[in-house]
Amino acid sequence: MSEGAAAAHDVLLVGGGAAGLRAAIAIAETNPELSVAVISKVYPMRSHTVSAEGGAAGAIAEGDTLDEHAYDTVSGSDWLCDQDAVEAFVQEAPRELLQLEHWGCPWSREPNGRIAVRPFGGMKNMRTWFAADKTGFHMLHTLFQTSLKYADIVRYDEWFVTRLLVDDGRVHGVVAFDLMTGRIEVITAKSVVLCNGGSGKVFPYTTNAAICTGDGMALAYRAGAPLKDMEFVQYHPTGLPFTGILITEAARAEGGWLLNKDGYRYLQDYDLGKPELTPVLRSMELGPRDRLSQAFVKEVEKGRTIESPYGPIVHLDLRHLGEKLIETKLPMVRELCLQYERIDPVKELIPVRPVVHYMMGGVHTDINGATPIAGLFAAGETACVTINGANRLGSNSLPECLVFGARAGYAAAEYAGSAQPPPAVVMRQADDELRRIDQIRSGDRGAERIADIREAMQSTMEDSAGIFRSGDSLTKGVDQLADLQLRLQRIQLSDETRVFNTELVAALELANMLDIAECMLQSALQREESRGAHQRTDFTTRDDTRFLNHALAYRDPDGGVKIERSPVTITRWPPGERVYGR
Amino acid sequence: MADKIYMVVSRYDPDRDSKPTTAAYEVPLRRDWAILDGLNYIKDHVDTTLSYRWSCRMGICGSCGMNVDGEPKLTCATFLSDYAPGPVRVEPLSNFPVVRDLVVDIDDFMEKLPRIKPWIIRDDDVTVIDGEYLQTPEELAEYKQFSNCINCMLCYAACPIYGLEPDFIGPAAIALAERYDLDTRDRGQRERLDVLIEREGVWGCTFVGECTRVCPKHVDPAGAIQRYKLKAAQENVKAFLLPRGAR
Repeated sequence: MSEGAAAAHDVLLVGGGAAGLRAAIAIAETNPELSVAVISKVYPMRSHTVSAEGGAAGAIAEGDTLDEHAYDTVSGSDWLCDQDAVEAFVQEAPRELLQLEHWGCPWSREPNGRIAVRPFGGMKNMRTWFAADKTGFHMLHTLFQTSLKYADIVRYDEWFVTRLLVDDGRVHGVVAFDLMTGRIEVITAKSVVLCNGGSGKVFPYTTNAAICTGDGMALAYRAGAPLKDMEFVQYHPTGLPFTGILITEAARAEGGWLLNKDGYRYLQDYDLGKPELTPVLRSMELGPRDRLSQAFVKEVEKGRTIESPYGPIVHLDLRHLGEKLIETKLPMVRELCLQYERIDPVKELIPVRPVVHYMMGGVHTDINGATPIAGLFAAGETACVTINGANRLGSNSLPECLVFGARAGYAAAEYAGSAQPPPAVVMRQADDELRRIDQIRSGDRGAERIADIREAMQSTMEDSAGIFRSGDSLTKGVDQLADLQLRLQRIQLSDETRVFNTELVAALELANMLDIAECMLQSALQREESRGAHQRTDFTTRDDTRFLNHALAYRDPDGGVKIERSPVTITRWPPGERVYGR
Repeated sequence: MADKIYMVVSRYDPDRDSKPTTAAYEVPLRRDWAILDGLNYIKDHVDTTLSYRWSCRMGICGSCGMNVDGEPKLTCATFLSDYAPGPVRVEPLSNFPVVRDLVVDIDDFMEKLPRIKPWIIRDDDVTVIDGEYLQTPEELAEYKQFSNCINCMLCYAACPIYGLEPDFIGPAAIALAERYDLDTRDRGQRERLDVLIEREGVWGCTFVGECTRVCPKHVDPAGAIQRYKLKAAQENVKAFLLPRGAR
């Protein structure tokens, strides 16, 4: 091990989804002399971008403006976004989506051959590009296939990164192991970009894939970088109850209704506008996700939801849209319902409930993806720039991956051009890490099981930091997580085989998730107000005097979480009331 | 319906076993449980050493392909109750080297994929500043189904030719080549044909059609292979009649 690194690159992208691949292509196109590598725990085309359905926002339609996209995003964020980042984002999103078009993305079209756009929640104009309702899938495969054109991009498929090598405030690479062989290696890099997605799996019911375990956030946090605004967790209002499979917001954008047990469009009772037969932008079912998920909880409290084996549900009604529209614009919704619920939305109501969907928070970065650690960048859901603030609007996350993936890629390439080779001290860190992993792998430490701790963590998070939280629920959650951290030290691993040891991966993922979960609870506990997706039953209103600022969660030397606050950047839209449907 | 079902699962530990064995596990039989839920139950509660791939659990990431009672399936989209009373057999996909338990080595496919140049090839210098390429819904429909491949490898597992002739470039890769050929934005037909016209390109296929039958996303690789054979045959005729530059 000490003889040196297995491989050395200029830029290492951790994660091969939309942000990582966009960054890789950006560097390959502009700095072909740099050595670029993508390392991911799955093959790139398996990344969670693949599951995104509804679309990607970029103002191109006649009558739409960048300012309106920016205002929708700012008000959607409950004014917690940084407006300089939003302005850059709305300006660059159309160009990035157009770039995907040139790379072959099969965007849905108007009869005249132009790009088609659809309405989306919280958006005042039609500006969401879509590829039927498999937008993420098509974007990811387009990016992956285009990346193959650049044969010099090195890929480490199915490698799990366990640690960032950081010395004196600078990143120098990673320690990772190859699932196929179990070999642990050092891969040095002058700059590292974290783009390995969100952490929905800390919660029990989520649209997120099994791989969404917050690995990038945990790596950065342990290396000393702060995680920003971790208390803001997005519940998507329409997931399938058992599986958590997402029924896209596009289903409501195309005219779907949310009905309670009386067949009543209950959103009209929550200051979201009046029910109309056809969809009205920024109104009713096209309100923002935080408000819709909160309305669901209120309906549960009023006893107006339907009981199911997986808790209370409401119905999504698409029947009046007709088979033809559903087949052309929402084919995957129908496919998923038929396959996983054995119901046909053309003729039947779809049972739905809010499920955890997206982390607004993430690794704190500037507008170019740079973290406070020199050479370390982040982009996509892993990162928090932030354009999303307290609540992300649907169809902003895919273009966010492109815009800030490209920006982080360019910035990481520029940094790499001037960085020094890694100092010898990082190889000693690598030796420590190798010993740590070996210890976990061969450890005979107790009788605790991974699955038990994971399930306890998930129910702790749902109970303490769900759609509504309180000081009491959060404090209780903090205590329970502390107990789970102790139990984690006593887990028993049974798998002694090096090759494709998924038990070891699960143990490391669990450790990542527990750290992330702690940051979420501490950040939520210290935000004594209600804003966007963070709703406190003991502090029910927004408090701009105390909390129009970001929470930065740092890891204490003793392992605890320390919260600092940093200002929100306001350029042109002073804080105001969020108005929907009136 | 009984409330339990036996899953007979293929096990292989390269450190210890000379060849795969099987193990039987009793799992709850629930109406909404997929084969994958059964495997996750085993992994979480019975034997934590069981190894397999999965991720999205909604039939789009392509990770969880396995043979279920001998048929290649996405295990997240295949239900235990359809195999009641059981037992149901779960094995790694055929035609690939087994790495461990239900995990197969798909490096061969990953190496073949770039050979068919699955990206837009142009012979001009159009950039994004020139705006979008126009493409009507009808033109999109021409290639759309071929663009729905999730690389799950079920078609390779079902393909009798790939089993016998590993150099055969295979159904998904050929379908993807056809996807780009049919895209009005692309000019790379000639380059792809040069690859596929080789012996191990399309010619291995004897049109069994298993690939199309097992595809969980209703892609038609067999149709793509037929179209390529026609293109290749026409090319051969042209090669007789015309010098290369005139083709």
